[in-house]
Amino acid sequence: MSETNKATIEQYRNSFLSEVEANVEEGEWVKMCMQCGVCSGSCPLGKHWAHPPQEIFMMIRAGKRDEVLASDSMWMCTSCYNCVVRCPRQLPITHIMHGLATYAKKLGLVPQNQPTAKFAEIFWNNMMKKGRVNELKLGLSLYFKDGFGAGIKESLRNKDLGMKMMKAKRMAASEFFGGHGVKDIGGVQKMIQKAQEIEDARMKKFD
Amino acid sequence: MTEVVATNQTILVVGGGISGMTAALEAAETGAQVVLVEKRPYLGGRVSQLYKYFPKLCHPTCGLEINQRRAKMNPNLTIVTGAEVSKLEGEAGDYTATVKLSPTWVNDNCTACGDCAKVVEAEFDDEYNYGMSKRKGAYLPHVMAHPMKYVLDPAIIGTDDAQKAKDACKYDAIDLGDEAQEIQFPVGAVVWATGWKPYDAAKIQPYGYDRFENVITNVEFERMADPKGPTGGKILRPSDSKEAKNVAFIQCAGSRDRNHLYHCSRICCMASLKQTHYVVDAYGDDADVSIYYIDIRTIDRFEDFYTKVQAMDNVKFIKSKVASVTLGENDNPCLNGVDTEGYHRYATEHDLVVLATGMEPSVSVDSFPVDVEINREGFIEPAEKNGGIFAAGCASDALDVNRAVQSATGAALKAIQVVNRVARAEG
Repeated sequence: MSETNKATIEQYRNSFLSEVEANVEEGEWVKMCMQCGVCSGSCPLGKHWAHPPQEIFMMIRAGKRDEVLASDSMWMCTSCYNCVVRCPRQLPITHIMHGLATYAKKLGLVPQNQPTAKFAEIFWNNMMKKGRVNELKLGLSLYFKDGFGAGIKESLRNKDLGMKMMKAKRMAASEFFGGHGVKDIGGVQKMIQKAQEIEDARMKKFD
Repeated sequence: MTEVVATNQTILVVGGGISGMTAALEAAETGAQVVLVEKRPYLGGRVSQLYKYFPKLCHPTCGLEINQRRAKMNPNLTIVTGAEVSKLEGEAGDYTATVKLSPTWVNDNCTACGDCAKVVEAEFDDEYNYGMSKRKGAYLPHVMAHPMKYVLDPAIIGTDDAQKAKDACKYDAIDLGDEAQEIQFPVGAVVWATGWKPYDAAKIQPYGYDRFENVITNVEFERMADPKGPTGGKILRPSDSKEAKNVAFIQCAGSRDRNHLYHCSRICCMASLKQTHYVVDAYGDDADVSIYYIDIRTIDRFEDFYTKVQAMDNVKFIKSKVASVTLGENDNPCLNGVDTEGYHRYATEHDLVVLATGMEPSVSVDSFPVDVEINREGFIEPAEKNGGIFAAGCASDALDVNRAVQSATGAALKAIQVVNRVARAEG
């Protein structure tokens, strides 16, 4: 191969696709996309996203790292799996979208005030405290995520529902004070920490 | 009783479509003895159901006529219709074929006068028109059927209709005592040309072929365009028989899709471009054609055909695999998806939607009467273990007529080599 040829190829070899393949869950499938568009067309929330899946895949291949990782698109996925069942190449599209979201979070590139991302964080922190999800606190944290005023308003709007849940013993007010957890929360936290270390060690560096 | 005279220097051709006819004629014309076995009551297969060929837009009837004439003139060729190979045992140069013959109830005295069809009352879906019209229980499969004989539907046998048909026949051509039989004969080599069938469009759930009347397949559209077809050549909506001027084609309906057919069926792009001509020829400036595609696969000289259709003012190409079809107003199918050139979301209604369904092998993987190498897509692969059995046409791959004929000629040549070897060995 001539030097000119090599230089030309180099222009098209972008590291972002390699980065996605190495560091994003199911990322190695991205290159299989044939850009038919059936995933974007099948997505029930598609019109609310900046970039539907097949566009995201094209952007990855075009090396648009910042645009992809800062996009809110992968956070909009509701895991309905319509795209997965219709994809003519059987790409695990839902999983790739979640993989991209996880990777963006790891790199700290999540768009500010993205509600799904925020909820995911609240959920994780809530669960990691006791090893179980404290539903009362989870609900309240979600109501108050946009400030005290908005939280009061949202709580009052849902008070009837809350009362009914307490009546039906689906929610207990006592959970507000501490709440119940797993027997060995220290062990759970250690386990998660170890898993995190293993995952971090697997991550490849791309600059 | 049907007698087949054959030896282990005889070539058996299974399937009498364009590939089987070609292989049989090419071999017979070199002097080889050939037995052609066809399941249907007539030769020509799916090609006889086409209105026009691409890229020349000429009529398949022309080529069929030539082949039928060659068949009639050739003393080396024995044609057995209404017959299926049920077993094939042995090895190259020494096979024994077992063939099941369905009763036909009509002998060679038939002059195709049609008197039987006039008196028979029972009607059935006409398979020649993919069920879009009805035919009588006694019928001529199509105007160019070869052999040119009327056929009795098995369902009328034992009813008054059968007796009426027999009584109406002036030539004593109907024998209601005809029974199924099984014959065995030796052959040296086999050309397997069992062809294709359209992929079952109802399996592509989001396109609603089984739910919406105005969603049809490309093979049905082909019959519709034919002046001898169910609508007399008019392009009409099945729901209300109104003229369908705004027609959409959905490409890769089943093909290149791991949920359906793994392979590219190769013919559907050109078929839709050809059928675009039918719409434009019928409605001129009023025609409005949209072709939804992933990529248009027109190779070699077909590229010119594509370029000419692209240049037409009333034809749009939308780069998108349609996500779903829903029902709009007036029974209009509404296509939903994303145009990947610019990522525009669309929900567009059309008068009629044609699914460019792909081809799958007509013999399913587990019903081959003989052990041959079959690939993931269900086509026969060339392999050592196939011995003296050679696949021709769409039994070997998804092919257009041109390539099927080339493939058939190649298969004939391989079969001739086997029987020539036998001839030399036997001196």
